[in-house]
Amino acid sequence: MMISGAEIVIRCLQEEKVDCVFGYPGGSVLHIYDALFKQDQVKHILVRHEQAAVHAADAYSRSSQKVGVALVTSGPGVTNTVTGIATAYCDSIPMVVLTGQVPTQYIGQDAFQECDTVGITRPCVKHNFLVKDVKDLAVTIKKAFHIAATGRPGPVVVDIPKDITAQMCEFEYPKAVQMRSYNPVVKGHLGQIKKAVQLLQEAKRPIIYTGGGVILSDAADKLTQLARKLNFPVTNTLMGLGGYPATDRQCVGMLGMHGTFEANMAMHYADVVLAIGARFDDRVIGNPEHFSEEKRRVIHIDIDPSSISKRVKVDVPIVGNVADVLDEILKLMDGGFTAEPEVADWWKQIDEWRGRDSLRYRQSEHIMPQFVVEKLYEVTGGDAFVTSDVGQHQMFAAQYYKFDKPRRWINSGGLGTMGVGLPYGMGVLMANPDAQVACVTGEGSIQMCIQELSTCKQYGLPIKIINLNNGMLGMVRQWQEMFYSKRYSQSYVTSLPDFVKLAESYGHVGMRIEKPEDVEPALRKAFTEHKNDLVFMDFIIDPAANVFPMVAAGKGLTEMILAEDL
Amino acid sequence: MRHIISILIENESGALSRVAGLFSARGYNIESLTVAPTEDPSLSRMTILTSGSDEVLEQITKQLNKLVDVVKVVDLSEAAHVERELMLIKVRATGKDREEMKRMADIFRGRIIDVTESTYVIELTGSSSKLDSFIAALDAGLILETVRTGVCGIGRGDRILKV
Ligand SMILES: Cc1cc2nc3c(=O)[nH]c(=O)nc-3n(C[C@H](O)[C@H](O)[C@H](O)COP(=O)(O)OP(=O)(O)OC[C@H]3O[C@@H](n4cnc5c(N)ncnc54)[C@H](O)[C@@H]3O)c2cc1C
Ligand SMILES: Cc1ncc(C[n+]2csc(CCOP(=O)(O)OP(=O)(O)O)c2C)c(N)n1
Ligand SMILES: [Mg+2]
Repeated sequence: MMISGAEIVIRCLQEEKVDCVFGYPGGSVLHIYDALFKQDQVKHILVRHEQAAVHAADAYSRSSQKVGVALVTSGPGVTNTVTGIATAYCDSIPMVVLTGQVPTQYIGQDAFQECDTVGITRPCVKHNFLVKDVKDLAVTIKKAFHIAATGRPGPVVVDIPKDITAQMCEFEYPKAVQMRSYNPVVKGHLGQIKKAVQLLQEAKRPIIYTGGGVILSDAADKLTQLARKLNFPVTNTLMGLGGYPATDRQCVGMLGMHGTFEANMAMHYADVVLAIGARFDDRVIGNPEHFSEEKRRVIHIDIDPSSISKRVKVDVPIVGNVADVLDEILKLMDGGFTAEPEVADWWKQIDEWRGRDSLRYRQSEHIMPQFVVEKLYEVTGGDAFVTSDVGQHQMFAAQYYKFDKPRRWINSGGLGTMGVGLPYGMGVLMANPDAQVACVTGEGSIQMCIQELSTCKQYGLPIKIINLNNGMLGMVRQWQEMFYSKRYSQSYVTSLPDFVKLAESYGHVGMRIEKPEDVEPALRKAFTEHKNDLVFMDFIIDPAANVFPMVAAGKGLTEMILAEDL
Repeated sequence: MRHIISILIENESGALSRVAGLFSARGYNIESLTVAPTEDPSLSRMTILTSGSDEVLEQITKQLNKLVDVVKVVDLSEAAHVERELMLIKVRATGKDREEMKRMADIFRGRIIDVTESTYVIELTGSSSKLDSFIAALDAGLILETVRTGVCGIGRGDRILKV
């Protein structure tokens, strides 16, 4: 039977078991929206800005094992998505973005709402396609899902001219795709894996350093098994939080710019580093020269060869999928691995570092942001999905909410995009309808996608917004305080809205919390009495609170500034 | 170090811009780039002349391999290979220079492929340094125009780049 290109698009989504897409209509996708209208398998969430559609689709992926989908119109619809696409790209998040394009015969003629979508998005996608023939439509969409979710995941854009969505064609959805140019490695090289196991056995001061790759590979359980077997300390990057239970004794916390004292010291002085799905980011190892002063041997498991030996020289590279490689390592260890490596002295040292209690914070008559996150952790039983924006509040959430499970911590690490928090909450709830979702944000960030309060009302998405309101672009202010002699250039936010009234005007519940003793009751009320409401909690916090420990830009990992030093 | 990277890439529209975009986005050098379809029209072969440290070259090949359209990548300069470049050069050829130009073209095994009363177009193939020497050997004032293809190269013997 012949069906239209628009119907093909929808059939493809159904075949991919996509239950919802986030989008915004416009001229060049009208046929597709018409096809959407005629079915009810694929639900559509109408956002208020295309950027939010992409962020929501991104969080849908982050918080589940499925691929999020966004649908937007040509021209401004597409340009509005770019921040969202780049955000997903930097964190290797699988996603498919369907974009309308002007009719084929108008392309290149400066047509109304025409833009070079493939050109504009090329540097921030894993791959993109322009569909030129309706006969290629289904296979292109199949390829898009395949490419997005396999190998090192990433966003894929499919640009579809309007005339293609009107043309009629037989529909057949390919069961699988074969691409001679794209065959990501899955299994690691056995010889290399054996070398790694050997090295692990010889380690005296080992550390397991894990990142987003463990989450993306759904390998948290395997990592835990391995770490327990080895009795090695584990540190997570910001993207790896929840990949290993934060409340476990072996977890030394996050490392890097705002990592714990013990994590950074252990990373720096380790003699063997087992890096798993982590890419030695500049916010993680600090100054690379300083880092390389200490001799250590590095094993690096990553599915993307270009992540290996990019910033730090690796001794045992293992290209492969984390879950598969960990399986192999565990198998080898069940076989020959006998003596537990002697790490008791190392643990003694680590516990001494731990004794510094580097996350202790100053008390104040005002609400301290760290305290709010600690209470949030208690009230939600440590089991919420926590989305965040970018700034001090993001670091506080990462440091003080102890994530025991993967895919619970949803934030923008690589691009550091302010504005993601609220749409991330929407994506999480669409993928996990019964979950508790908290969005830890700041008064700066939340205003970058505040319009989505309207979407949340329309679809009844009961996000709990934890606004750590310091009246400042706090993270900027912190740098200015520390490195620009307190010249607070443009980091003070005036004319803030009354967030309570704002929330109420959208039909939500608003609360303002100004005293430390009101923090916990307010949170409890929000998560019980207002379980099914979106609650905007405006916490007026101590504006002078800063994030510590801190490794200043250009400094080495061990040159941390601790709260106690000040 | 100078390197010649050979790439087999799907002959799709936009493939060239993916490669060129990668080089500019990551700050890699492109000294020359040539591209044309192979005997299999669904594939293009690209040759890029670049330079950089070993670490940079390692990243270049890894990043190229990561492009979804790229089928294969080799660094030709890692082993025995031959490389050639083609140049067309238009020179003034009047008076005593006319004979001299002919002589120089012969010495460099170039061919004169277009003749007017006052100009020659000389075709010259060889390594890039040979083309450079030819240009250097001519009186600069007599060179009217040059066009070069950039390097293309192929492995020697059994080194074959094929799907
Ligand atoms: C304000 C701010 C402060 C920050 N401070 C810190 C900080 O203190 N500490 C910190 O750690 N980060 C910090 N970041 C985040 C930082 O910028 C990076 O985003 C982060 O460190 C990268 O994490 P990652 O190394 O786990 O890599 P990711 O970006 O998560 O990359 C994942 C890696 O795993 C690989 N991979 C993916 N899938 C698989 C698979 N299936 N199998 C194998 N490998 C796979 C990928 O190829 C990639 O190399 C901060 C960000 C912001 C915005
Ligand atoms: C889109 C965007 N613009 C600018 C920045 C730079 N930036 C990083 S943190 C920050 C301040 C964030 O302020 P707020 O949301 O109030 O959080 P706080 O640091 O006060 O907790 C800014 C401006 C960014 N990360 N993203
Ligand atoms: Mg703020």
